[in-house]
Amino acid sequence: MKNKLITACVLASATLFASGAYAAEQVRVALLVKALGIGFFEAAYRGAEEAKKELGDVEIIYTGPTSTTAEGQIEIINSLIAQRVDAIAVSANDADALVPALKKAQQRGIKVISWDSGVGKEGRQIHLNPSSNSLIGEMNVQLAADAIKAKGKTSGTFAILSATPTSTNQNIWIGEMKKSLSQFPNLKLVDTVYGDDLADKSFREATALIKNHPDLDVIVAPTTVGILAAAQAVSDLGLTGKVYVTGLGLPSELAGHVHSGAIHSFAIWNPIDLGYSATMLAYNLVKGKGTKTEVPMGRMGTLTLDENGDGAMAKPFVYDESNVDEFSSIF
Amino acid sequence: MLKRFIYSREGILSMIVLAMFLAVGTISPNFISVSNSISIFNDTSILIMLALGQMLVILTRCIDLSVAANVAFTGMVVAMVNQYFPTLNMFVLMLLALGIGAFLGAINGLFVWLLKVPSIVITLGTMSIYRGATFLLSDGAWVNSHQMSEAFIGLPRYEILSIPVLAWMAIITIILAFWAMKFSVWGRNFYSAGGNPMAAFYSGVNVGKVQFYAFLVSGTLAGLCGYLWVSRFAVAYVDVANGFELQVIAACVIGGVSIVGGLGTVVGCVIGALFIGVVNNALPIIGVSPFWQMAISGVVIIIAVVANASSDKDKARIILRKPEEPVGSASSQSH
Repeated sequence: MKNKLITACVLASATLFASGAYAAEQVRVALLVKALGIGFFEAAYRGAEEAKKELGDVEIIYTGPTSTTAEGQIEIINSLIAQRVDAIAVSANDADALVPALKKAQQRGIKVISWDSGVGKEGRQIHLNPSSNSLIGEMNVQLAADAIKAKGKTSGTFAILSATPTSTNQNIWIGEMKKSLSQFPNLKLVDTVYGDDLADKSFREATALIKNHPDLDVIVAPTTVGILAAAQAVSDLGLTGKVYVTGLGLPSELAGHVHSGAIHSFAIWNPIDLGYSATMLAYNLVKGKGTKTEVPMGRMGTLTLDENGDGAMAKPFVYDESNVDEFSSIF
Repeated sequence: MLKRFIYSREGILSMIVLAMFLAVGTISPNFISVSNSISIFNDTSILIMLALGQMLVILTRCIDLSVAANVAFTGMVVAMVNQYFPTLNMFVLMLLALGIGAFLGAINGLFVWLLKVPSIVITLGTMSIYRGATFLLSDGAWVNSHQMSEAFIGLPRYEILSIPVLAWMAIITIILAFWAMKFSVWGRNFYSAGGNPMAAFYSGVNVGKVQFYAFLVSGTLAGLCGYLWVSRFAVAYVDVANGFELQVIAACVIGGVSIVGGLGTVVGCVIGALFIGVVNNALPIIGVSPFWQMAISGVVIIIAVVANASSDKDKARIILRKPEEPVGSASSQSH
């Protein structure tokens, strides 16, 4: 009896000791989001949990203000400093306002990265962009090629429906699309038109594209208003399956058109991958893995950093009939 | 009769529209097909209805800048109601759209009528308020096609005699407006209240009340168009019809509605809207560079207005003589 008690005591203290040591080794990563209750960030948290499962010795603190304010995030950063977390991965409500608080965190030895929505260079070590201009351009052409393949053709034509002719990122993406055309010798870009991100003008331009190019296979619209208007124009003209629409858009907005068949597939960042990568990067910084130019991020490969500490995660993620419903409730 | 029409403002304008239509047809023969003509009219229907409402407001020497914001707000409300109560009867939903639109129009009207606030100021304010209210209501979220019921999206597309319901609504609005502005005292009062408010006052017309009615009608039509817009493009978001109020006013001005009030016809207004509709549909077809498109539509609008104004010289003099005549009678405004 006595013996048993001693054994129990020893065992108990052993486990206590073990768990204490275990706790000390745990890397505590705070995933600080713009606000709680936003589907996109809840999905990023799911990705962080995936990273946790893979790594084992990580504790995720998922936190954020109740509304998207910089003040709310600053308060949380201060409390995270007090809790002595090992790393903060933040999607910022304000690029500048968070810098002083994050600087303080870095001075206390906390590793800081920003993701999705970045903060000034001094406030963080790494900024994780969901994608890069060249990857987005390449993806858009890839989507057009996929849609043509879905029609059972080996070569075909596509046209671009953009926002305004002066929209900077649209023009950069269109430039990158044209550059990557050399990788797709069977694709021909026949026209580029501008819907000004107005539903009525985009609708009209898409209709005119189809009328001017009777053999058009695909309309690529790297803008949310444009892709919706073009998909609606295609279904109104009764050309579903003859002309496919693709580009960049949100699953919650495009699910209907994917089911109707006007859109074969489209792309946008995957918030789960983003949360996963942010967690992996924060963990690896704490563990001292990676260099000034390259940091590994698990199944997403390696993040290459430029001189500002910016890196692009991956090509936009492709959504189609098989996964759009899963994501349409998220964002 | 025909000769009078040809030399009238409406006659000249309709010939410009027709010439433009045929000119585009020489470049792209499909453009002048029956089906494409119907689709252009269908595409212009919302503009026509809003322009007719705006015409009443401009006739009474006011302006309604809040129409597009009204379209966005009402469109968002009906889309959200449809999203949460998808089985609700479309008839009820249309009444709701008309009611909300009328309410928003009445707010403008009451300020102008009872507080004598200049309409450009009050509608500039309500334009932002209605747009902001749309944002608050939706929290910035979109209502998308798969969240709308089939009837909600299908109604304006339903074809009667191969013409969509959307276009039929414009046709009915035109007929009602034509009748009201030509033959009803209520309609003629808009001309008298704007043509010579003092004379109208002495002949027993409550000018403020007439202005209120103008805003009420403009708002009601905007409400109806709110539903039609959201349904036609199968998406409701905060920026719906952003800047559209300027196209509406342009349609009136091109159609010969005098910006200083008292002058303008239903036929002219409709042709003015069709003018913009043809330009909007023609430019993408003939493949003009996007940088030139805006400049071209601007130039074409100015040409139309100048052509209009030059055919208008003698009428200006008629207005000046009008105070002697009994204002408000149907004969004083026919031209």
